[in-house]
Amino acid sequence: MRRFISGLFLWLFSSMIAVEVSRATAVQEFVLDNRLKVLLLEDHKSPAVTFQVWYRVGSRNEKDGKSGLSHFLEHMMFKGTPSIKPEEYSRIIAKNGGRSNAFTTSDVTVYFATMSRDKIGIELEMEADRMANALLGDTYFEPEKKVIQEERRLRTDDKPVAALDEVTSAVAYTVHPYRRPVIGWMDDIQNLSRQDLVDHYKLYYAPNNAFIVVAGDFSTEEILPKIKAAFEKIPRGPEPPKVRAEEPPQRGERRVFLKKEAELPFVMMFYHAPNLKSPDNFALDLLTVVLAGGRSSPLYHDLVYQKRLARSVDANYSSVSMDPGGFSITAQLMPGKEPPEVEREIDTLVDKIKSELISERDLQKAKNQVESSFIFAQDSIFGQAMKIGSYEANGGWRQMDQYIDGIRRVTREDIQRVAREYLDRDRRTVGMLIPTKDKT
Amino acid sequence: MTRFFPWVVTSVCVVILAAWAPLLDAALAPKRSILDNGLVLLTSQQRSLPMVSIELLIEAGSRYDNEEGVANLVARLLTYGTKRRSALQISDTVDFIGASLSASCGEDAASVSLTILKKDLATGLDLLADILTASTFPQEEIDRQKQAVIAGIKAREESPGSIAQRRFAAALYPQSPYGRPVEGNEASVKAISQVSLQEFYQRFYRPNRAIMAVVGDISQDELIRALNQSLRSWTKGEPRGKPLVPSTIGEAQVIRVNKDLTQANIILGQQGISRENPDYYAIQVMNCILGGGGFSSRAMDAIRNERGLAYSVYSYFSAERSRGSFELVMQTKNETALEAIRLAQTEIRRIREESVTDQELSDAKDYLIGSFPLRLDTNRRVASFLVQVEFYQLGLDYPERYSDLIRKVTREDVERVARQYLHPEKLITVVVGNQKKIGEN
Repeated sequence: MRRFISGLFLWLFSSMIAVEVSRATAVQEFVLDNRLKVLLLEDHKSPAVTFQVWYRVGSRNEKDGKSGLSHFLEHMMFKGTPSIKPEEYSRIIAKNGGRSNAFTTSDVTVYFATMSRDKIGIELEMEADRMANALLGDTYFEPEKKVIQEERRLRTDDKPVAALDEVTSAVAYTVHPYRRPVIGWMDDIQNLSRQDLVDHYKLYYAPNNAFIVVAGDFSTEEILPKIKAAFEKIPRGPEPPKVRAEEPPQRGERRVFLKKEAELPFVMMFYHAPNLKSPDNFALDLLTVVLAGGRSSPLYHDLVYQKRLARSVDANYSSVSMDPGGFSITAQLMPGKEPPEVEREIDTLVDKIKSELISERDLQKAKNQVESSFIFAQDSIFGQAMKIGSYEANGGWRQMDQYIDGIRRVTREDIQRVAREYLDRDRRTVGMLIPTKDKT
Repeated sequence: MTRFFPWVVTSVCVVILAAWAPLLDAALAPKRSILDNGLVLLTSQQRSLPMVSIELLIEAGSRYDNEEGVANLVARLLTYGTKRRSALQISDTVDFIGASLSASCGEDAASVSLTILKKDLATGLDLLADILTASTFPQEEIDRQKQAVIAGIKAREESPGSIAQRRFAAALYPQSPYGRPVEGNEASVKAISQVSLQEFYQRFYRPNRAIMAVVGDISQDELIRALNQSLRSWTKGEPRGKPLVPSTIGEAQVIRVNKDLTQANIILGQQGISRENPDYYAIQVMNCILGGGGFSSRAMDAIRNERGLAYSVYSYFSAERSRGSFELVMQTKNETALEAIRLAQTEIRRIREESVTDQELSDAKDYLIGSFPLRLDTNRRVASFLVQVEFYQLGLDYPERYSDLIRKVTREDVERVARQYLHPEKLITVVVGNQKKIGEN
């Protein structure tokens, strides 16, 4: 999340709908001698190639007092190597007609560029170079710290809904590192040292803790030798420490209020839910669509259309996370409406899903929406690479193959069962944004 | 609550209509035709996926409003009731086939987007024809959408960036529809009548004021046959609107909006150029060097890379029909707002006064030419692009010409357009933030 805020690619993660069954099978896997895995997907529909390096490190790997370390390191990775001057990476990609960026999540740090087929070798070389030789230059450390603090102000501190999300996570998790924001707490960012970055880099940036995803208009015979030549010489690193933290079961609802200058109240309900490792992930994915997929869905129809309690309503679940994540329901309120009323209404609708089986038609409607989104998402090369990477980071890209079959097998009873099991009020955290007026 | 924070860049040099490499042209092979009712149809057949993306532009934007907010409300209500279908029937049809259908409104035009599986295309075209020819604007739906629009107006006040944008537009185009929010204001929206909406729809939603681009798994012939059938009741009306040139352009001023924020949201801007202006291409190159080129721009170097004052700094020329603006946009903590503004002003002055280097010039040109195909990497984006090519009358040979248009921009051109179009003494400065902490000049 290094650059501008022009596109929010939440859809890539919110529900798992990007790579067709046949696509997954079209992925080719290679493992280099230094354990660097390479995943290739040839797709010649548009004349571009996306090259991505995924490191298995994110805020999940950080410790108290050091939050934001992975993200800070991501910024500093643009400050040069012995052969590439600071900020020169971006310039070189740009003047070769490419677009590049990087982002950090709780689980991974990803660097990428999209370029034409004849230029992608430039990106490949530079990624190999900075995997082994990043300088993380001292001169650039303090100014970049300020940039990151500005980024935090922009994305979180002055964005009421993002600030609510942050504090709700901090309450929903007590032990697991998912309680900390990816960008880090402001004071932690302030207190990080250059040495922290250097240590983090040495520990996590190695071929055996990374993988490459390439998608688009290239030929395997052409690109694979180039990848080998550039990356195979980088020695393996130590095995990074495992994150063993487990969030203990929640026993009783938690509530958190954020009072902040804002216009409209916002309600966020976060329920703990399993990830890909549970076969329930398919039913949970469909449940988001059953509840809030489109204007004819019960949440939208009731809260937004009929009762006009909310301006918008959404349900989100992501199965691709290293450790169990969450199922969330969110609503931005209409002016003059109160959070408790909206909360009651959402609960009534969720209770209905728990007590009555949905109709066969509603189940089919939800499946149709998932399947068509699945095909639409293949329109983007970048999106396909993101999907492959997300799955690979969390249990292996081959699991993509099971997605559509898994969705098709879900029954009405499954929907009811997972709603009963996971949308349990004792295991949720409710966050409410309470707008206050100007205090300046 | 999303565990991931995947903010990813999409736009760097803002060139809505920039280069399009020849290799792409062959792959897109766009075709143009005009239906009997005057609808301009652009198609690009793409067989790789069983889907179709449709973008429709109708010259029915807020500039045609008699009462503020009518055009926007009409666009919003398109999918809320026709002679044959209720609002719920429309949404249920769309949801059941997993399509996406949306309508929105801008200053010059309204737009309707539909993405649909190929197998459901007949249903989609029938629905599209229905909302274009037989929308009824039921009173109950009008009341709902008015409430939603008013809530939206409030919600936007939560975004400092959008407050700054609105204040800038109002200052740049006083007494012009282009200076007013498309949505109107709370009072104007409340006052809109059903009759006003129906009249607006009847008058402006006409095929001879519209452009449709269809990209995906369908040929031009198939599509023309289908549309001649489904859109036969959509008949010609009033011709396209004449360009509306804003009568006055706002003078230099400083606008401060006080809000309890940690950052100041800053716009430095002024009049730019319209899309028809032949200097458009030189302007793109110049702006890329100044602040459009992402991490490679001068503004980014001075404000972010060297001093760490901001996370995001960029500039762009928004070139539209008969008007345009220049904006440099950034956010920095309240305490450094004035310093960042001074640095931005310095960069604007510097590109007028000092030569750009050969390296800067060639890097910017290479970036603009080389990155263009990347903007057209999905069917949906290609469809939007084709609509714009037609709207600005660039011609289907535009792709072949474009690389040359950029390539032939000289250093003298860049310096000339910087002097001709950037005027530091005319800058409108908008600062939204905690004014006490920002302090005085």
